[in-house]
Amino acid sequence: MAQITREDVAHVARLARLQLTEDELDTFTGQLAKVLDHARDVEALDVGDVPPTSHPYPLQNVLRPDELRPTLDRDEVLAAAPATEDGRFRVPPVLGEAP
Amino acid sequence: MNADSALGIAAAVRSGTRRAVEVVEEHLTAIAARDGEIHAFNLVTAEEARQAALALDRRIAAGEDPGPLAGVPVALKDNLATTGVATTCSSRILEGWRPPYDATVVRRLTDAGAVIVGKTNLDEFAMGSSTENSAFGPTRNPHDTSRVPGGSSGGSAAAVAAGFAPLALGSDTGGSIRQPAALCGVVGMKPTYGAVSRYGLVAFASSLDQIGPFARTVADAAALYEVIAGHDPLDTTSIPEAVPPVSAGLGDGVAGLRVGLVTELCEAEGIEADVSARVAEAAAALEHAGAKVGDATVPAAVYGLSAYYLIAPAEASSNLARYDGVRFGLRVDAPTTGEMYDRTRTEGFGAEVKRRIMLGTYALSAGYYDAFYGKAQRVRTLILRDFDAAYDEFDVLLSPTSPSTAFPLGAKTADPLTMYLNDVCTIPSNLAGHPAISVPFGTGDDGLPVGVQVMAPALQEALMFRVAAALESAAR
Repeated sequence: MAQITREDVAHVARLARLQLTEDELDTFTGQLAKVLDHARDVEALDVGDVPPTSHPYPLQNVLRPDELRPTLDRDEVLAAAPATEDGRFRVPPVLGEAP
Repeated sequence: MNADSALGIAAAVRSGTRRAVEVVEEHLTAIAARDGEIHAFNLVTAEEARQAALALDRRIAAGEDPGPLAGVPVALKDNLATTGVATTCSSRILEGWRPPYDATVVRRLTDAGAVIVGKTNLDEFAMGSSTENSAFGPTRNPHDTSRVPGGSSGGSAAAVAAGFAPLALGSDTGGSIRQPAALCGVVGMKPTYGAVSRYGLVAFASSLDQIGPFARTVADAAALYEVIAGHDPLDTTSIPEAVPPVSAGLGDGVAGLRVGLVTELCEAEGIEADVSARVAEAAAALEHAGAKVGDATVPAAVYGLSAYYLIAPAEASSNLARYDGVRFGLRVDAPTTGEMYDRTRTEGFGAEVKRRIMLGTYALSAGYYDAFYGKAQRVRTLILRDFDAAYDEFDVLLSPTSPSTAFPLGAKTADPLTMYLNDVCTIPSNLAGHPAISVPFGTGDDGLPVGVQVMAPALQEALMFRVAAALESAAR
């Protein structure tokens, strides 16, 4: 597989909503390439017939009785938010226009 | 029983020969005297601790049962939610967050009579092996303050080693309890995945994270494990069956037990000669105590590090998507929500967290998913199979905990891969979901502590603790 490029890093940073400076792009590209290079041993393995493990202790259909229980208090939760209005979280305009 | 041990304190407080307020005050004094130098704590909850101790003493005077850890000071890694008390994950992005709930382990500790003395420093979001990736500055090793305490639970390990608290909790995703325990010369244990509730543990890599104990003795670690373990309906990955007790059999010895030295871990990249020598001595000590020691092989363990550094960042990139400046913690204002997300995350996360998020995003992205994340999950199956085969021949497995003793601050910060290699011996147990413990066993050429790791199959904590107790006696 090809080495991770500066463009790849810029792309994943955008996906992850991180802004990188030009210097950071260079540094992170080198560092990520080194880690991924170490992972080449895994990449090279022929494990097509081995099932994946996503969870070490498989539990299926974990259910609980459908009963009303106390939940977190709305005012307490909102008190932790950076901005609220009328009992809701307040965010800047989503479409980029002033309200 | 040592008077400074958790069990010694609990026995004295329960019987009324020592007051909880005195015990807490002694520990707060120790913290005040030396934590300026060590920086084990992000926050010392002195007033809350005094109040809790006072309430305990009143309950004891009234003839109530205060619980098995009555009056024992406990330090909490600062990624465990505590109601109304700042929980930072040593990250700027959680600035100002005071959780509206307690982690289940915190609730269980206070129900058991333990007194929480503070929140300990960690690598930001538990990502690191030296506690240097903290937004609040590094923690220093109490044995030599020019050295790191290990990580990511370095604050908890240092707090126990420095005598700030006889017990602490940490979290272990790839070795974050065991490696700092080894470097600080204390006992540190990662339970079977699902044995301890993760409710209220800020998520890093959900299929690997487990909360576990730090202590100065194996018996104290076992007692703390028994308090925090057990089913919790608030964590869907919590094992529904009862968790077997561990303390009762601590003194049963190792006669007849089959102990395997894991070749792939004992000979892994970067294991230093003095560490190898201590592991060999530990094996000899167990043999002397009646165990049958042989060489074990877990061939796929050599792929553990690579698989881990694909799986853990992938899960982290997903878990850390929640830090967007909307519901809690830091918000860096911007004209639009999209820009607010970008600025908040860019300013809120440190370099290592960004690195892992990007690595994980890459490993999960279109075109690379099968080659990286998918393959790593299949390697996880291979490691589980190899452990199963090894456990057909052996009851427990032995290896170094960390390749070296504590290294100087700054020695491994320039190259992330060098830092990641610290986890080579601890990662396989996380990938398999198995329990593992680090026990201090002598010192390296530099006079600093060495840890030996005992691994066991899922839910075989009792066996693992028994072997740990035998190593502890041999080390004395």
